[in-house]
Amino acid sequence: MDLLVGQLFTGLSTGSILLLAALGLSLTFGQMGVVNMAHGEFIMAGCYTAYVVQQVVGDAGASLLIALPAGFLVGGAMGLVLEALLIRRLYHRPLDTLLVTFGVGLILQQAARDVFGAPAVNVSVPEALRGGVDLLGVTVPRTRLFIMALAVLSVAAVALVLRFTPAGRRIRAVVGNRDLAETAGISSRAVDAGTFFIGSGLAGVAGVALTLIGSTSPTTGQSYLVDAFLVVVAGGLGRIKGAVVAAVALGALQAVFETYSTASLAKVGVFVVIVVFLQLRPQGLFTLRTRSLA
Amino acid sequence: MSTRLPGSERTPMTRFLDTRLGTWTGFAAAALVLFGLAPLVLSGFRLGLLAQFLCYAIVAVGIGLAWGRGGMLTLGQGVFFGMGAYLMAMHLKMADARFEGGPGAVPDFMELAGIRELPAYWAPFASPVFTVAAILVLPTAFAVLLGLAVFKRRVKGAYFAILSQALAGAFAILLIGQQSLGGFNGLSRFRYFFGFTLADPANQRMLYFIAAAVLLAVVAVSLQLRRSRYGELLVAVRDAEERVRFLGYDAANVKVVAYAAAALFAAVAGAVFVPIVGIISPASIGIVPSIMFLLGVAIGGRASLVGPVVGALVVAWAQTALSEQFPSAWTYAQGLLFILVIALLPGGLASAAALTKRFRTKPTPVEAAA
Amino acid sequence: MPHRFPLPARLARALAASAALTGLLATAACGARAGEETVAAESCLDTSGDTVKVGALNSLSGTMAISETTVRDAIRLAVDELNAAGGVQGKQIEIVAEDGASEPTVFAEKAEKLIREDCVAAVFGGWTSASRKAMLPVFEDNDSLLYYPVQYEGLEASENIFYTGATTNQQIIPALDYLAETGAESLYLVGSDYVFPRTANAIINAYAEAHGIEVLGEDYVTLGSTEFSTIVNQVKSAGADAVFNTLNGDSNVAFFREYANVGLTAADMPVMSVSIAEEEVGGIGVENIEGQLAAWNYYQTLDSPANSAFVEAFKAAYGADRVTSDPMEAAYTSVHLWAATVEKAGSFAVADVQAAADGVSFDGPEGTVVIDGDNHHVTKTARIGEISADGLLYTVWESPAPIEPDPFLEGYDWAADLSVTE
Repeated sequence: MDLLVGQLFTGLSTGSILLLAALGLSLTFGQMGVVNMAHGEFIMAGCYTAYVVQQVVGDAGASLLIALPAGFLVGGAMGLVLEALLIRRLYHRPLDTLLVTFGVGLILQQAARDVFGAPAVNVSVPEALRGGVDLLGVTVPRTRLFIMALAVLSVAAVALVLRFTPAGRRIRAVVGNRDLAETAGISSRAVDAGTFFIGSGLAGVAGVALTLIGSTSPTTGQSYLVDAFLVVVAGGLGRIKGAVVAAVALGALQAVFETYSTASLAKVGVFVVIVVFLQLRPQGLFTLRTRSLA
Repeated sequence: MSTRLPGSERTPMTRFLDTRLGTWTGFAAAALVLFGLAPLVLSGFRLGLLAQFLCYAIVAVGIGLAWGRGGMLTLGQGVFFGMGAYLMAMHLKMADARFEGGPGAVPDFMELAGIRELPAYWAPFASPVFTVAAILVLPTAFAVLLGLAVFKRRVKGAYFAILSQALAGAFAILLIGQQSLGGFNGLSRFRYFFGFTLADPANQRMLYFIAAAVLLAVVAVSLQLRRSRYGELLVAVRDAEERVRFLGYDAANVKVVAYAAAALFAAVAGAVFVPIVGIISPASIGIVPSIMFLLGVAIGGRASLVGPVVGALVVAWAQTALSEQFPSAWTYAQGLLFILVIALLPGGLASAAALTKRFRTKPTPVEAAA
Repeated sequence: MPHRFPLPARLARALAASAALTGLLATAACGARAGEETVAAESCLDTSGDTVKVGALNSLSGTMAISETTVRDAIRLAVDELNAAGGVQGKQIEIVAEDGASEPTVFAEKAEKLIREDCVAAVFGGWTSASRKAMLPVFEDNDSLLYYPVQYEGLEASENIFYTGATTNQQIIPALDYLAETGAESLYLVGSDYVFPRTANAIINAYAEAHGIEVLGEDYVTLGSTEFSTIVNQVKSAGADAVFNTLNGDSNVAFFREYANVGLTAADMPVMSVSIAEEEVGGIGVENIEGQLAAWNYYQTLDSPANSAFVEAFKAAYGADRVTSDPMEAAYTSVHLWAATVEKAGSFAVADVQAAADGVSFDGPEGTVVIDGDNHHVTKTARIGEISADGLLYTVWESPAPIEPDPFLEGYDWAADLSVTE
């Protein structure tokens, strides 16, 4: 019983971390087809935002509350700049975007190293989030619960924005058929910039949240990036729903594999499962029917 | 038979090299530099360094084929490079152990790790013939299987790139966990190479010659592939996969061949790399090293034949020369190179030569690599 | 029905020709075969001038730059001190600096460059075992010297390497002795999945069996992993008396946070770490790790004139906010040990330094260290430190005398049949 609950929880917890990291990607990669390898560095920027805010504010609780929106803005602003300077020129060359943004990531990483120093920095966890809660015989750390809640909130916010706001409608219209949306008077260029802002901002939020459980160093973002991409690929492009299901499924899968074998074999196992899964559903879990000929 | 394909800009130089005479002249010049000039002017150490760079160039030729001609962005060449390298390293360790400790001996690192029994999968690598066959067959077969699984289901573009990258990550992690393959430390400290003492400078020069010969051979094979009807088909698949399919070809098979060839080249490069450098460890084959293989190819010109080779050599040399004095600046430079070359000069240096012509006539279509 | 697959016929000819070419070349230019004597490359070391070069080979870029740049600083400090005091054998020492870039292959390449192109008398550096294993054949084949300053998993002794960090019997075994002395009857082992933790845990298991200590669990995570909820819950329910932690780098942050979160404290289940020094404490956050234990041979807080001088000089050179740690101290000491050996030998030549090494001593910040001429390791005093609120470590226990190095654990009966588990 303990083991099962523990695994279930670990799966959910890992899944929600993956989801936070992947949510922004599922917007930029899923909705726009842009493979942003610097997404991991945007996450790292969020981490350092949390660090800087805490250095200024002092109190861990207040600084976390300030850092979440600040992280969104920092990540979003970086995304806007990246979109305007580089990605806009490369929309028809997705693979080239991948390599260009990898270069951007390299530079951001080294910049973090030069500004904040190579050693990891510490972001203190607020008093209220320390310790754990006993759930069915397993101690669940509060930070993990907080991250789960944040993941749920972020997904809900993105879904609501996409569904009910005018901006969201425009995004969906451009994803559905860019040319048709243009003829309807939507500026696809502005929509792209907006989508990229939100997607990158979400990376910043993820970064702030991840300081609660992990370390903050120049290489922090890298470790989440590949898994986050796998989540989007397995979930299906353009579908938030897919990202949610895929993140939780991958998290659970990882947890199960890890219990019955070693952590390193678990990574390989997850990879094999995804390749096999793509045999069955090459377009991912949920396919988006677009009105464009692709 | 000269082909005109989008992405391969024509200059008088390339037109000459496309003739039969030009091809032979090109190879003769390259052979002269590699086998004549380089050993004459370079010290033993620099020659060893060049041999190492040549291995990267061999990988680059394969990437040029798969990515430049076939449009498959393989972010996981480290896997095949690593397979070739580990297979060779296993043989070298076995041979050393046999030579120094007799038939029953286990390689030294295993003894230290407390592994007294030779793992069963190691045993066949005592045979040099088996090892060479394994290096040629195993990575290629793996690439064919993976390629079939992926391309038959029409997984392509960014999906394929991300999968290949995840594969590299998973492979490195898998190796780190295998104590019987040296784990994180990898395999190192080789004494003999098929019976020759590696410490002897004469044998080190021999290794350089082997690397150079393999590079020329790989370029020749790649050239034949490109000039054949298959080569045209590959480019056609890159530019318009649907249309090729409508014409009755199986596009997946076309892609698998290029992918497998790239894998084979990388594996051979890895196998030659090991005795030259003296170590193979997971650090050389993970996600980041795999992407770094691409940098030289992009700079040299992904779609050209010689571009990737030149690009790989230049990047490797710059890394060695610059990282000593400016370790931080070199990382910035790498990032900037990725951005500038790919965003502004997608054809690489090879297309820079044709730029003048491009301005005089109409702009060349930029490859849509996906 | 699809078209026939158009693979070129000419390809076969190209392949055959290239195979023949490769084969021809391989037999054309060859040197010594196995078993024949080879002439090792002549050293190009030139001691006729006023200066002698030494190499400093540390990662300044990549993942290991965090740790290794500080070692570089310590090496520089020691060389500056030597030069200020008149040099070695009356010659000024010049550092040729190289970047290992956190990659074993680069370490091998740069080591060869330092030896063959720069003609250095000795090289100081290396951190990961992978980097040392990559350099070892280079130093052996070129008959040159490497001074390696980091604690490691033992089981190695090369004529061409001096190991100035602790081997297992100077760090791990004393840590176990300390835990046993303080009443620990059961242990839980947590480590990163690579060679050092695997070897360390093999030793711990053998020790535990021989000393009646129960090992309640042994868990590994991939390098850099931040996923510890399962492991920490298992640690908690196992209820061991202490945890032995061989995690590396960033994983420690996630581990200690989770550890505190489930309500475990240093008082009821102390964690003994072997990779956390002064430098790492800041990144983990003192509040997460205060009161936990570490096993090293040197702490910044050691109370000795030699250490005060070292800390003061280091801060003066690199900034008052800098801390000193064990590997830095070992690197600093290694430079002085090399100088002392050269002075004793009266020569910079490798063979002379090797011959003179036995018994050479240096009164370093950690106390007096003596080179063992047989295995090229040095004697070291083992110290258990407790992490305090100011982020520094304070000695709570130390071995009564410097411990002789025993890299192959030949002096321990229980270690006769060590084996690393997969």
